[in-house]
Amino acid sequence: MSEQIISYPNQSALQVDERREDRRNLLLMAPALVMMTVVILVPIGWLFFMSFWGENGFTLEHYQRMSHPGYRLTFIRTFQISVLVTIMSVLLGYPVAYLMTKSSPRVASIIMMCVLLPFWTSILVRTYAWLILLQRRGIINGWLMDAELIDRPLRLVHNMTGTVIGMTHILLPFMILPLYSSMKAIDGDLLKAARNAGATPSQAFRQVFLPLSVPGLAAGIVVVFVLCLGFYITPEILGGGRIVMWSKQIQNAVTLHATWGPASALGVVLLVVTLGTLWIMTRIFRINRFLGGL
Amino acid sequence: MKQNTISETATHNSAAAVSLPISLTSITKKFGEFVALDEVSLDIESGEFLTLLGPSGSGKTTLLMVLAGFVRPNYGSVRFGDREMILAPPHKRDLGMVFQNYALFPHMSVAENVGYPLRLRRVGRSELTDRVNRALDLVQLGSYGDRRIDQLSGGQRQRVALARAIVFEPRILLMDEPLSALDKNLREHMQIEIRRLHDRLGMTTVYVTHDQREALTMSDRIVVFNEGRIVQLDHPSQLYERPNSRFVAEFIGESSFLPVNLRDGIAYLDDQIVPTSAPLPEGSHGSLVLRPEKMDIIREGEGSGDMIVLEGRCKEQVYQGESCLLYIDLSGGVEVAMRQSTRRDIMQRLPGSGDIVRLGLHPEDAIIVSGGA
Repeated sequence: MSEQIISYPNQSALQVDERREDRRNLLLMAPALVMMTVVILVPIGWLFFMSFWGENGFTLEHYQRMSHPGYRLTFIRTFQISVLVTIMSVLLGYPVAYLMTKSSPRVASIIMMCVLLPFWTSILVRTYAWLILLQRRGIINGWLMDAELIDRPLRLVHNMTGTVIGMTHILLPFMILPLYSSMKAIDGDLLKAARNAGATPSQAFRQVFLPLSVPGLAAGIVVVFVLCLGFYITPEILGGGRIVMWSKQIQNAVTLHATWGPASALGVVLLVVTLGTLWIMTRIFRINRFLGGL
Repeated sequence: MKQNTISETATHNSAAAVSLPISLTSITKKFGEFVALDEVSLDIESGEFLTLLGPSGSGKTTLLMVLAGFVRPNYGSVRFGDREMILAPPHKRDLGMVFQNYALFPHMSVAENVGYPLRLRRVGRSELTDRVNRALDLVQLGSYGDRRIDQLSGGQRQRVALARAIVFEPRILLMDEPLSALDKNLREHMQIEIRRLHDRLGMTTVYVTHDQREALTMSDRIVVFNEGRIVQLDHPSQLYERPNSRFVAEFIGESSFLPVNLRDGIAYLDDQIVPTSAPLPEGSHGSLVLRPEKMDIIREGEGSGDMIVLEGRCKEQVYQGESCLLYIDLSGGVEVAMRQSTRRDIMQRLPGSGDIVRLGLHPEDAIIVSGGA
């Protein structure tokens, strides 16, 4: 069989040129790819390996240890706090983002600065600031006592309350920013159209604005929740040792045991649970549909 | 124009129950120093197709928003029928409205969009489906109910928006430049279609556009706005043939202007009397409105009859398909444009660049507006 040879002007030269361009574009990604491999993929592989490695070679003992009630408590506590902080962030963040979209550009940018300034401040600094505000003889208790609203200081810190307050504050921008960007994209005429069709202001909000802000809400919830799962510093300081989240458990494992095995196993579990949560949440919110559909 | 007069009588006779008259009195809206609407008073007849026409920033859209209840005027009165509506919130005004960019809800299907006003009015499920289907049929989208909005073309979205606006049989329909996002052919097609829909349903329609051709095509009457005021309110043909000001003559159709002097109720063009049947404006200076298509070329040896004759030199020819535009430098130094059909016999006799041309204008078409050139 003879192949029919038709030659078009410069066809092969142009193809070569196109491939060369593709290769050059790929080269732009090379530094990031190398970085990812060295800093993330290799250590994670190493982590997996160590979590299955004991004194006598391959073992599952590090994972079996996790059936201990102490670990289960930590696990539940981690989820409890994450859920609480996420709910608080939605309740506090949604109105702020909404206000920003309804304000004049000047006011909106002032609010934006108020959101971003703490965002740019070190987490450690903000956490200690909360400690000063919330502690037994702190500013808040001082004011409440002076105003004679309470006669004994409230226990605001070194417990769940303090942890949730601090984490909510730190994670709030992660809720507000995606919410704001998705609300900003909602055409104002849609609300007018709803009102014109006969909707009261609250119906227009519930039936048009709220559903259209779901992509931002979903993104905020996913980011805040996932960040919560791995939080370390804030619960450590504001929880006062009473609140042990999963990441603290990992640190304990490192200091307690001479080997990396148990800590690695805990790390792997946190990673798998986080990825699982992420997967389930994208399912719930059908983020893909929103990304493709809007 | 003929189409308009026919539909006018049809709607006025049969549609009393499905439409409401609108009465606006002294509507004034200021945004800071800027006066968007300045004491606008206007009576819109029941079942009428009225167009608000004007350049951007002239107040036409603001007035529509006042009607819909989205802009609160400083003072004034809006009455639908004999009910004062100025304080009624938008959702209690029972108006159909088509927005400029359609404003369709992206999270709802076509049928859900169209059914939304009925859902809010607690219409039962089976009746809702019926009425949604009927509305979709009316705009020729019968089989599109299950589609998502982002699967529709611009023209189809336009129809869905229209269906949503009429599905609850409002007695007043508002449209805010609904066709401006469509391409020319589709736009012209939709103009006729919307007009037919109006004639069929008979509701009072207030239509906003900045496209004078669209306004002439669709309307029973046209209100021309400028700087927050009504400049002229008239039937399309009157508006075109008898503009009451230079602004209207410039905004509607193409025109050139020749300065004329006014003395004792007579207009003079370089001491030559301009015979005109139209009333003259006040003042001592005016402008003769020259529409390109109203003028004709008077050939060598032809008599001019009682035509007004203007002499000049042909400067340029622009071929535009169905017609040809000639730019003529008149002896007075003013450049005017005139239009000739591209019919073969006319084309063959068109003057070339540099030729001396004599233009004739019928006295009936000689309109003089106030203000010198």
